[in-house]
Amino acid sequence: MAMNSTGRPTAPANQNDAGQDVKTFSGSRGLLQQEPLLHEVGGLEKCGVDFPPIPDCKSRLDGLERDNKIGLPGLSEPEVLRHYVRLSQRNYAIDLGLYPLGSCTMKHNPRLNEKVVRLPGFADIHPLQPQSTVQGALALMGEVSHWLMAITGMDAVALSPKAGAHGEWCGMMCIREALKDRGEVDTRRRVLVPESAHGTNPATAAACGFEIDELPADVTGRVDMDVLRTKIGPDVAAIMLTNPNTCGLFERDICEIADLVHEAGGYFYCDGANLNAIMGKTRVRDLGVDAMHINLHKTFSTPHGGGGPGAGPVVLSKRLSAYAPLPYLKADGDSWTLVEDAAQSEAKPFGRMSAFHGQMGMFVRALAYMMSHGADGLRQVSEDAVLNANYLLACLSDEMSPAFDGACMHEALFDDAFLKDTGVTTLDFSKAMIDEGYHPMTMYFPLVVHGAMLIEPTETESKESLDRFADTLLALAKAAKSGDRERFVTAPVLAPLRRLDETRAARSPVLRWAAD
Amino acid sequence: MRYLPLNEDDRAAMLARIGVSSIDDLFADIPAKARLDGLLENLPEHATEMAVERHFTALSGRSLNAGEAPFFCGGGAYRHHVPASVDHLIQRSEFLTAYTPYQPEIAQGTLQTLFEFQTQVAQLTGMDVANASLYDGSTATAEAVRMAGRITRRGKCVLAPGLHPQYAQTVQTALQGQTMRVQALDPAMGADAKMVEALDEDTACIVVQNPNVFGELVDLEPLSKAAHEAGALLIAVVTEVVSLGLIKSPGEMGADIVAAEGQSIGNGLSFGGPYVGLFACRNDRKFIRQAPGRFAGQTVDADGKPGYVLTLSTREQHIRREKATSNICTNSGLCTLAFTIHLALLGELGFRKLAKLNHARACALADRLNALDGVEVLNTSFFNEFTVRVSGDATEIVEAMAKKSVLGGIPAARLFGAGKFDDLLLISVTETTLDTDFDALETALQEVL
Repeated sequence: MAMNSTGRPTAPANQNDAGQDVKTFSGSRGLLQQEPLLHEVGGLEKCGVDFPPIPDCKSRLDGLERDNKIGLPGLSEPEVLRHYVRLSQRNYAIDLGLYPLGSCTMKHNPRLNEKVVRLPGFADIHPLQPQSTVQGALALMGEVSHWLMAITGMDAVALSPKAGAHGEWCGMMCIREALKDRGEVDTRRRVLVPESAHGTNPATAAACGFEIDELPADVTGRVDMDVLRTKIGPDVAAIMLTNPNTCGLFERDICEIADLVHEAGGYFYCDGANLNAIMGKTRVRDLGVDAMHINLHKTFSTPHGGGGPGAGPVVLSKRLSAYAPLPYLKADGDSWTLVEDAAQSEAKPFGRMSAFHGQMGMFVRALAYMMSHGADGLRQVSEDAVLNANYLLACLSDEMSPAFDGACMHEALFDDAFLKDTGVTTLDFSKAMIDEGYHPMTMYFPLVVHGAMLIEPTETESKESLDRFADTLLALAKAAKSGDRERFVTAPVLAPLRRLDETRAARSPVLRWAAD
Repeated sequence: MRYLPLNEDDRAAMLARIGVSSIDDLFADIPAKARLDGLLENLPEHATEMAVERHFTALSGRSLNAGEAPFFCGGGAYRHHVPASVDHLIQRSEFLTAYTPYQPEIAQGTLQTLFEFQTQVAQLTGMDVANASLYDGSTATAEAVRMAGRITRRGKCVLAPGLHPQYAQTVQTALQGQTMRVQALDPAMGADAKMVEALDEDTACIVVQNPNVFGELVDLEPLSKAAHEAGALLIAVVTEVVSLGLIKSPGEMGADIVAAEGQSIGNGLSFGGPYVGLFACRNDRKFIRQAPGRFAGQTVDADGKPGYVLTLSTREQHIRREKATSNICTNSGLCTLAFTIHLALLGELGFRKLAKLNHARACALADRLNALDGVEVLNTSFFNEFTVRVSGDATEIVEAMAKKSVLGGIPAARLFGAGKFDDLLLISVTETTLDTDFDALETALQEVL
């Protein structure tokens, strides 16, 4: 063993596989601290907030006082900090490494956006203050609208939807309202949805009361035009199409699809989840789209925050603009009005989707992102996103099996053919990626490909980062093919926890802590 | 461009590896007639961080923020003090830049906090279980109504006279295209008890807000009894969760489902969003199977160590598609984290103190306003928000006060439309409203009345 002059070892002793099986007395493992539930460490008498003296008053509670114990555990401030910092260290995050979840657009989240969203003129204003006192906020919403319409070429935008699925619902409700206006809501019942669609599409169409008719994909991974022609008819309300689609492919026949649907009297809803691939390269208006939601938390990088909040503004064609929900913005010279009341509206809004006016915090972040990039930067975003995905597609094709031939857009789709006869599944392969320090790709989606692995690197990965990632995946693929099955089926062994028993969680659900 | 790591050499090398000569070869599938050659029109080019920040600072300055004015607005969004450590913690990279926890081995941080959140929400509402959040209180209410329809297989939903009008409109919109219909009772103060008259054998649920939009407390117990006798469910709506530190929980009063707005804890006003929808219900198999949104559940890993996963997902759109209980996917992740951390800082002791302080402050202001000429407090009961009748048009009065930089409440007409409650003003008081603010409101009211 190498030592310095005071006898302190300067190089580690031969450790081999030591460490992996070490059982510590504390349950913690070095930097990874053991951390029980808040309800196990907190106390009913502990508190991390100070209050001024509370004056006595005659209660106006009408005899409805809560006199039982709520049971809320409290902690002092330092204990709270430690609890949640420890928990945070059990999460993977973009700031830690490449997050290749296909269809999720896990890109860098600029901290400028977090700074400006906390300015008091956005963060500390009430949704029902007099409109004369929130002109800065309304102007900001106006600017966001301008950018979204310019990027898509569309005629109007509904800002209030709170996430992608909420935006889908908004767009489909606009279509429903337009059909009502035409007197065809009872005759046009069918919505065409490709099999490869995100599950929210059929769920949304059903929530609007439509019937879902699935469209199969052709051998190239795109809408089967022959089948589409047979399904189009006078009872079709709309087609819901993701473009680029969930196989990571641009729907080449999209203009023809739009024409077919329009000629049959239906509308074209586009799922905008994959807008990151096409900004500045084409405008959805020119593709014939009538309505499309935009996931601000994907394309415009308002952070995902462990599952939200998101925002899903919907851009609309002229044919649907009048049906946008309340509230909506109206410019009057330099001043802005928010039309909140159907009685004041000159249009035909289909209703109101939620209280207040939408996800202001996401609008601020998205605008900061769009302004930072500008028209030139946004085009570069899409070009680099597509370049990065195709680069990975090219590198990984040496050992893995692409689901379709040819170039992809911003995400590369593989099937599990390369794992045939290895005894390793897509799930095993994904879990082995965790041991290598990567978040797995989207797995088993889209459903049209066996053992799907959908990889979306985004434009904010460097070439060096992509090279390291590709090298790791190639090495894993080779290991699987060489019979090292054990590495995969036991994975992960280096994460904070090993594979979790999801069957047990669903069979006997434990959804909350309860005192023994 | 500061966010893009690739340089021209990288791009050239990567195109060569792919085997194409230009980037546009990768976009060849875009139909020729739809290709964009130049830059997007009517947009500026990229901007420096300094330039962007300057633009936003200027925009921010064009609004009158709650911190620079005596402030009395509520109506479903409340200004409470959020401890600095909450905002610090939710900005940690590992929380802020993580996705939905679909890979539980490397998402225990998010999953454990969701489990803590679910427990806290269940405790607050007095219900058995809660989900991992919906978008906000209004959409949670709409989801609750649709769930009640699926459970009871009945066709009518009755909305209370004291339900927030924007919540009522959200429910009405959500039921378009569905078989369920809405019976919305005429908005009025002191009328929520009359809901029992609307119950019939086709009623799936009655929806009652407590405290109601006028700030009045509602005894849910007789309503839940009547609803249950008629085979209907009681959906309790809470827009100010701090009230649950002082008044009986919906669970204690017999609610079957609770839909609430969680913004008050951990989350700022932010002009109406993002907020966090709380959703809780009875621990009944039928209820849980019909519930919307995500649940985090406890389980063990391969070594038997306890851990958490997203569970019961066969209800959800990514598995069930058109038969899903809801189309929701993204929820309010980071807002739930803020909620959970703030509530952990408060604990039982702090949460009850906070509620008591809010109530005491509101009582003090109500007494002061009632003594003014031209102002009459209409509530006999309230928590931290009440309705006053003013001698004049409340919208004009609020505008006139705003010109004096006093944000003196919400004219009822802003919520209900003009013509019905034009002389009513909703006033909210929290721990952030000081005596000096009371003085300013009193002076402003006297000047404009």
